[in-house]
Amino acid sequence: MSTEEAPGAAADAAVARILAATVHPQAGAPRGVVVDSPPGAGKSTLVVRAARELVTAGERLMIVAQTNGQVDDLVGRLAEKAPELTIGRLHAADSRPGPEVLRHANVTPSDKVADLVEHDVVISTSAKWQWVRAEAPWRHAIVDEAYQMRSDALLAAARLFERALFVGDPGQLDPFTVVGTEQWAGLSYDPSSSAVVTMLAHNPQIEPHRLPVSWRLPASAAPLISDAFYPYTPFRAGTGPDDRRLTAAVRPDGSALDAAIDRAAEHGWALLELPARHTVRTDPQAVTAVAATVRRLLERGLTAHSEQGEAPLTADRIAVGTAHRDQAAAVRAALLKAGVPVDGAAGPAVTVDTANRLQGREYDVTVVLHPLSGRPDATAFHLETGRLCVLASRHRHACIVVARAGIAELLDEHPSTEPVQLGVSVKFPDGWEANHQVLHHLTGHRVRLR
Amino acid sequence: MSLLTTLARLEAVRSGRAEPLATVRHRHLSDRPMVVVPLTAAGEAGAPLAVLLGTDRDAPRLHLVPQPLNRTLRFDYLAELAADLLPYLEFFGADVEQIEGSEKDPETGEKTQVFRELCADAPQLIVPNSAGVHHLALIGRSTRFRRTVEDDEPGPYPAPVRVPLLGRWLTHLTDRAQVPGSSLLLPMTGLLARHWATGQSHLEDQHLAARLAWHFPPDGLAGAEAAERAESTRDERGQLLHPPAGPATDPRFDEVVLGPAIARYDAATSALAHSTEQRDDSGAARAREAVREAIEQLRGVLTAVLLPTWHDVWRGIDLLRTLPPAGHLEERWTGDRWSYTGHRDRLAAGEPPQPRQDDAVTAARKLAQREREQARLDVQEALDDPLAMAEHRLAGEAFAGVVTEVVPDYDTTGRSPKPRPLVTLRTDDRPHADLGREAHRVHGPSTQKAEIVAVDPAEGSITLRILSGMGRKKEPEPGSLPEPGELVTFTLFELTVRQSAPLPEPDDTPWTHGGPPGAAPGPVPSTSAFDEWE
Repeated sequence: MSTEEAPGAAADAAVARILAATVHPQAGAPRGVVVDSPPGAGKSTLVVRAARELVTAGERLMIVAQTNGQVDDLVGRLAEKAPELTIGRLHAADSRPGPEVLRHANVTPSDKVADLVEHDVVISTSAKWQWVRAEAPWRHAIVDEAYQMRSDALLAAARLFERALFVGDPGQLDPFTVVGTEQWAGLSYDPSSSAVVTMLAHNPQIEPHRLPVSWRLPASAAPLISDAFYPYTPFRAGTGPDDRRLTAAVRPDGSALDAAIDRAAEHGWALLELPARHTVRTDPQAVTAVAATVRRLLERGLTAHSEQGEAPLTADRIAVGTAHRDQAAAVRAALLKAGVPVDGAAGPAVTVDTANRLQGREYDVTVVLHPLSGRPDATAFHLETGRLCVLASRHRHACIVVARAGIAELLDEHPSTEPVQLGVSVKFPDGWEANHQVLHHLTGHRVRLR
Repeated sequence: MSLLTTLARLEAVRSGRAEPLATVRHRHLSDRPMVVVPLTAAGEAGAPLAVLLGTDRDAPRLHLVPQPLNRTLRFDYLAELAADLLPYLEFFGADVEQIEGSEKDPETGEKTQVFRELCADAPQLIVPNSAGVHHLALIGRSTRFRRTVEDDEPGPYPAPVRVPLLGRWLTHLTDRAQVPGSSLLLPMTGLLARHWATGQSHLEDQHLAARLAWHFPPDGLAGAEAAERAESTRDERGQLLHPPAGPATDPRFDEVVLGPAIARYDAATSALAHSTEQRDDSGAARAREAVREAIEQLRGVLTAVLLPTWHDVWRGIDLLRTLPPAGHLEERWTGDRWSYTGHRDRLAAGEPPQPRQDDAVTAARKLAQREREQARLDVQEALDDPLAMAEHRLAGEAFAGVVTEVVPDYDTTGRSPKPRPLVTLRTDDRPHADLGREAHRVHGPSTQKAEIVAVDPAEGSITLRILSGMGRKKEPEPGSLPEPGELVTFTLFELTVRQSAPLPEPDDTPWTHGGPPGAAPGPVPSTSAFDEWE
């Protein structure tokens, strides 16, 4: 791929190759097609196009996503972009799909697969697919967010299809388990590893495709995220430095919060730094700072200008990302107290969630509570590359990171000490290195909060 | 580490004593546990040196390898260990009860009544620490594939007959030990850590004697000083008064005591070999006597180094017996009994030893089982122990309070009205109680689900709509609802454990996982080269 090529042309060429391999595989071609997609590189668009073309070619297909949120997103997008398709939304008996999904006329929900087999496309979570007993399996499957799917889930679901398109972001969080799995480390089919890693180990003839352009990340973020998290598979931004702007209707009041917001509006990044201190996980001052920043973002009447036109920055275009669920709960409580809507059922609301749940989501502005803020130690969990990558790559315009000072020293005191397992390929980049790189960049956009 | 555990550790620092983390005992303790204290030799991974074992605290039995690098002696040792341990392990296989169940006929689909045997009790091995579990796993791995004279092709170095069987049992026990909440093989440090907090780090807690020092500090000493003393006090020869619980030995012991004793044994055996070669009968008799004395000396020093830990393990058992058993212990121990019975049956059926590595389906099944058991353990511990439930309450995943009001209400959308009463309670807990979130009643007369309909954090009140567990009539069954003034607890997590999704049979392993085992030349690393011994 030449870097002279326009981003659109490069991306189109990649998509054309992927669709050809998926819809019209050559005789003897491997049964799987793998697409590595950096954040916001048009993965969902690709899934919609692949589904459409497969149906046009006379196939029925199943789609596997990992969470109910992802499934509902995908159903909504498919129903909108491909109104000619009939879509079955397979759900668990005790969890009905969201109302925004059911308003589409071409979507049929059911908890029994038998009601849906005649539909062009049937979508469900991998957890639900594992329970499906199909008389006549599908020929084609699309597995979305495949790097998040665990190997054992694929083992249970793979009998349902003959060929599959695996789409996902290798830089995001790996699947996890709460029990010990050391005894399988190094086995090609380690049940706790990622589905794609297992599938590729057993099908070495498959060459993963790559999407080369991030349409989500602005020009201020793509180079950093690419360098820090995808050093061997670089990508670039689809927009130029002047294509995205944030403007405020209300002038800054001289506070650190406003300074951070202006910094982020101009440079795409801001680090709102609190004084160094060891704190409990739900650090009250940091939580308050996060909530106050979000409230100020809304109060200042920001407008997002982009290649898609201009739009006011409303609550539903803002997300807060944390490492732990109790932190998310604390931020949600603080936002409620500050009068900021956080309940999506009652109108536009700010999304507050953990990195795990923000995967695959996109917002205009994100406020991130740094995973290492206020900690006395840096564990493997907090150093995991994917966690920081997810938190730092959800935004179209700007990302404001809230953190206690002293993270660089903390990192230096805690080099990674995970045992090396035979047969397990070392993951690059190392979370420790990636953390330092992102921090180094953020330090250039630091605003101190006293 | 949870907030409550951190607090308990801080309190232990202040009081200088171990502080309780549980009000009940969360692991099964056998009436007749087999305590096993193993030692390994330095220089070779997993090379056994000695073991002190037995079910009677006053009569431990010692087995040892006088020259740990000699494979023949090592297998003599393993044969002794098998002869000692296997009768205990097999003893529990004899007494069975019949459990009724049903089985589906694969052809007609008809259900037929079947009886399965379940052993009435099962063995329990207790080792000092988790490194001891790992050592037993290594012995299991290195012995279960050995051939014996009973095999068709015994090879040039057949192992003693019962040694592979010992390997299969040890493999089963160490594999089962990976299942959360299981109790067939337990490390004492882990048992103590679940029930008490000390004021030292988790790493320091792995030293059994140092850990116990927090429980029994000598007069006038705080736990930290007592632990320090247990860890590092040495006699005039530089030997630790309280040797580590192993299986690795103290290097100073190796250097000053063990090394010379083994050298003496080596000298005696080569003198014996020399005299035998020279047909020097009186020399041989003297050398034989020297070998016997060298072994006696080794027995003496190894017993001395093992006995303190032996007594420590029994003191730990005494401590744990002071706690009343948790309510769900019986249920989990039944799982262990099934596991034991299953292994007994596989041996009786003449099945081959456990494979070197699990295949894809077996690995996934084991992972699913461990995750299910972990979830079950978390729920059962919370139900059995207010201190465990307090962890969840502090984390915002549960709340307890006094019922202030019960208002009858009905769901009239269906053909007949169903009771959907509103229960309000006052609580000091601060749960993550989002509106509409499901809650589950703890210790109700039956499983009862509810939905959070109103929360007032300022007042500390939470209102729930009860959705189930009230019988089939229009009015709730008497006693099915809490009364005003009653103390109730609700959790925001489910109290039953979800089933795991079905997995294919190993012969149906899909293409994504390399197809059925042995079918395709998958990227499985070759291991056969390491099979041969000596």
